[in-house]
Amino acid sequence: MDTLVAQYSRPAFEEEGYSQEDQHQLAQITPSLSLNFALPPLANPSAFLRATTDDHANPDCPIKLAHGTTTLAFRFQGGIIVATDSRATAGNWIASQTVKKVIEINNCLLGTMAGGAADCQYWLAYLGMQCRLHELRHKRRISVAAASKILSNLVYSYKGMGLSMGTMCAGVTPQEGPALYYIDSDGTRLAGNLFCVGSGQTFAYGVLDAEYHYDLKEDEALELGRRSILAATHRDAYSGGFINLYHVKEDGWVKHGFNDTNPIFWKTKLEKGEFSNVTSSLV
Amino acid sequence: MRGATILKASDDKTKELNRHTLMAFSGEAGDTIQFAEYIQANIQLYSMRNDTDLGPSAVANFVRGELAKSLRSKKPYTVNLLLGGLDPITEKPSLYWLDYLAALAPVPYAAHGYAQYAISEPLLVGRSADHKHHHPDIDFDQGLKILRMCTDELKRRLPIDFKGMLVKIIDKNGIREINYDDSKPVASA
Repeated sequence: MDTLVAQYSRPAFEEEGYSQEDQHQLAQITPSLSLNFALPPLANPSAFLRATTDDHANPDCPIKLAHGTTTLAFRFQGGIIVATDSRATAGNWIASQTVKKVIEINNCLLGTMAGGAADCQYWLAYLGMQCRLHELRHKRRISVAAASKILSNLVYSYKGMGLSMGTMCAGVTPQEGPALYYIDSDGTRLAGNLFCVGSGQTFAYGVLDAEYHYDLKEDEALELGRRSILAATHRDAYSGGFINLYHVKEDGWVKHGFNDTNPIFWKTKLEKGEFSNVTSSLV
Repeated sequence: MRGATILKASDDKTKELNRHTLMAFSGEAGDTIQFAEYIQANIQLYSMRNDTDLGPSAVANFVRGELAKSLRSKKPYTVNLLLGGLDPITEKPSLYWLDYLAALAPVPYAAHGYAQYAISEPLLVGRSADHKHHHPDIDFDQGLKILRMCTDELKRRLPIDFKGMLVKIIDKNGIREINYDDSKPVASA
């Protein structure tokens, strides 16, 4: 009788779901999302980091992080266009003109880099690893929503510790179709049709907002992406170098070149008569 | 919004906790979504385990408890909340105002952020002028009229443009979104 009572006096949900052992096993094969890093042995590591790296507040700071970017991505009828510049700056110094700011996570997923170059490079590579593990565990490719959430949960776990990144995840999956997410180091994660990120974002938005509509043809969309980055590299001192252009389609992404801005600028100016603020003859 | 640019104009800042309870949130980027999803998951888990929904006051007190716990942790959530619900048995509506310091107050109407200043005007000033705007017995259309007065006031007096409003209704049939046309310009007085 007592056993009978005990059987029915326990909560109905106790037998549901995974058992203790199952959960333990699951927790073991799925290691915690965030890795463990050594932190500087100080009371407040994030304040220390800010003091040594923030050249906006303190121009004499000892470490100058690579910053400054323009990246953009937008959804349209034919998929997603992803475009970036290629300049990396550390303070006023141009550290590189040939940075790859589009990270190929797998053949259907792209990520973009803006903010701290090291943070973006490291964590997007880490995201690529997690996506591949997801693929192996579940025998199907990860959705863009899930991939972006892995990244946003990860950066959220480091919130307030000085991570600096603004990234976009673009991809096409059978479940979602073309999907575009914006993730930044505050922990913000947004789905949307159109995003520009970086110091040159306002200039890129200027061109993109004026010309964008969802029914753009493929060549028009590629040209719009290129033109928006060109405008940003023209006006933003921290953007420049090469234009990196990608098109994400149902059957994976296609790269549309890594082209020097200089000839593109002069071609745009001389053939289309744009950029009339720049003179082409000696005055 | 990030810096001086708007990233998205139509973001849903509400979460349905169960069939009759809706939570609206504002505050620190990142914290808001993380906290709201945590609360939503726990309330939904309760509904699944017990085959009944938690009533609005129980939900509100649970959320307050979680906020209070978080406030005393190393990294508190900076989230302000409004919690609206309808008791499925008594069919009585209730509204709770919570802030990141884990203050909980049952209120007849409420707002967070700059909207507080604009909202109190149509709702309170109207009362003293002897044509009561807010009253517990007003009907649905009257309620919508007051909402219109509030959003018009926001458009008239605040220096920023909210880029549209999202309006959700909670009644005995559950939660639904209504189409709220916010495109008409408002002439300043």
